[in-house]
Amino acid sequence: MQIINLAWVDYAILIAYVAFVLGIGWALARYMKSSSDFLTSARSIPTWVTGLAFISANLGALELVGMAASGAKYGIATAHFYWVGAIPAMIFLAVFMMPFYYGSKARSVPEYLQMRFNKPVMGLNAIAFAVMTVFASGISMNALAKLLNQLLGWNYHVALFVCSGVVLVYVLKGGLTSAIYTEVLQFFMIVLGFAPVVYLGLKDVGGWHAMNHSLQSVATDPSALYLKGAGITYAADAWTSAWKPVLAGPANNPMGVDWFAIIFGLGFVLSFGYWCTNFLVVQRAMAAKNMAAARNTPLVAAVPKMLFPFLVIVPGMIAVALTSLPDKNYRIPPPILSQEVYAKAIDAVKSASPADSAAGVKAVGDALGKPVSAEKIASLIAANAANKLSDEQIEKGIYNSIAENDYDGVILSLVKKYCPPGLLGLALTALLASFMSGMAGNVTAFNTVWTYNLYQAFLVPNKSDDHYFWMGKFITVVGIGLSIACAYFARQYNNCMDIIQLVFGFVNAPLFATFLLGMFWKRTTSIGAFLGLFGGIGGSALFHALTIAHGNAPGIKGGYVHVLGEFPSEMAQNFWLAAFAFTVCFTLTLVISLATRRTKADEELKGLVYSLTPKIKSDNVPFFLQPGVVGVMLLIACVILNIIFW
Amino acid sequence: MGLDIRLPIGLMFSLLGVLLTGYGAFNRAGSITKIDGQEININLTWGVVLLVFGALMLFGAVRGRKTPPPA
Repeated sequence: MQIINLAWVDYAILIAYVAFVLGIGWALARYMKSSSDFLTSARSIPTWVTGLAFISANLGALELVGMAASGAKYGIATAHFYWVGAIPAMIFLAVFMMPFYYGSKARSVPEYLQMRFNKPVMGLNAIAFAVMTVFASGISMNALAKLLNQLLGWNYHVALFVCSGVVLVYVLKGGLTSAIYTEVLQFFMIVLGFAPVVYLGLKDVGGWHAMNHSLQSVATDPSALYLKGAGITYAADAWTSAWKPVLAGPANNPMGVDWFAIIFGLGFVLSFGYWCTNFLVVQRAMAAKNMAAARNTPLVAAVPKMLFPFLVIVPGMIAVALTSLPDKNYRIPPPILSQEVYAKAIDAVKSASPADSAAGVKAVGDALGKPVSAEKIASLIAANAANKLSDEQIEKGIYNSIAENDYDGVILSLVKKYCPPGLLGLALTALLASFMSGMAGNVTAFNTVWTYNLYQAFLVPNKSDDHYFWMGKFITVVGIGLSIACAYFARQYNNCMDIIQLVFGFVNAPLFATFLLGMFWKRTTSIGAFLGLFGGIGGSALFHALTIAHGNAPGIKGGYVHVLGEFPSEMAQNFWLAAFAFTVCFTLTLVISLATRRTKADEELKGLVYSLTPKIKSDNVPFFLQPGVVGVMLLIACVILNIIFW
Repeated sequence: MGLDIRLPIGLMFSLLGVLLTGYGAFNRAGSITKIDGQEININLTWGVVLLVFGALMLFGAVRGRKTPPPA
């Protein structure tokens, strides 16, 4: 992998960005006077700001990198994460749930659970959430430092500490407000930094229609680009239609899912679980200056979110189309290999005899430790024997023959291909911005949950606000320190990280059932909620232990107890797992609630449960700006998008 | 909070716009992206976009200052 050398203009852009981000923290520092200023922004921020921060906090770099990767792997169907998943859930949050989060005056999502149920339910949620945020930011910081190391040759440790240090300074100075304000800046940075790359890429493949045309020929033979195993073919629209391939069944779309898994598993359980209960995003809406602003936050966010697939998924599709056009001299990058590995493989090519190309192919494959295209290596060996090639030419040939794609490299490979100095700095800064907004989002959610829901609630109650203000700052430093530790942990033990992410999947999948019943059914009891949640987590673990995705060996990927069912893909397994966990949690909570006595009277649940809370009257707001009406309009827009890309 | 975020956003993107446009104008050779034989000075083009965006944000911030929103 060639290291990119940055020009002075790239550094200038990078430095300007860091200076502004730190400056915002500095400018806000003088407003930080109490724990609530620091941890909850004292509910004072305008709607458009919280709205953009709402999506920016979610727009970590793993999202950017991952969505482009999925765009390449699955095509436009990836947009289901937005048009079936995020948007309806965000509208539901705005119209139905925000009145309870904001109206209850809870300072966090776990705190709402305490008001609605009791401390144990809140504790369970708070601990799981706190651990999760620290690991999430650690995993993403590790990815960033690795990337800067591979791409720019920066020292891993320096990159990790400098980036975390910048986040630490501005969060410590300006608290949640500064995280939210910088998230808005980062939002524009990400959009304006990546848009030109998408524009140039689309222009290069010949525009939208030409791209679709190329993708249609790819779909009938995806193995030619190493997208799928040999022999697998799809209908021509597998990468370019969002619904038709899904409706045709799991065998007919590259995601390997059916419509039920998409609508119920992804659309209902996973997305509602994430967007409606994850404090990381909900916190942004809770910082709004009044109830109307809080409810409008997810609605404002939904507009750009709806268009995001064109920024984050389309690059993946461009990459596939480019790879299929031989004259573009591009391929989806193979896994990153060191220069020594390439040197060994080059030697293997040089010493191979064209008469026995099979042995040569094997030698090259062994040197690389990756599957290779026998045909391409054989012709490379033959070409080298006929007419001595330079090391550079051989390396290029080897690079093109590695029969495996590193989809996570898609977005950066496009940046490298299209950006001259200047624009390169802008795109890299956008990437850095997305990492920082993700980390700051995690850290600000973590310090609030720790200070209010764990420290104040369980460990040291009844102290002065100064004490909790101090603790909020102290735990911010600790949180960043823990994130750095997790980054090193992730670097050492990739497998452990997979397990941790898996466990979080178990914890999150059933959560929405608890909120749904708690918020909309006054009969739900604390015991029912607690046991239902536990049962749901157990249910997902059990489901995972008994099922497996096609092509995976029993083990960390599932089926380690016994294989009862097999799914066509990991994604299908995940969606069904979520659907199962939700159902278990829902049923258990329902049944146990019916069997146990209520501990909270109707009066205590006022403002916490739908049927016991007076509806919000917003007579002074014109009809077409009422959250419900705006929500319906956004849903219609979403349906139209689904139909356009049907 | 007493900070209008449009101000730093406007300032930053104006600065980045100046940097990109300047680089694109004075270092044309280094700012070219070739697509199908067509040469695009993307730094110059995108620099102008950033300048316009930055100016719009600054305009909003200045106008907002004249009519302070009700606290």
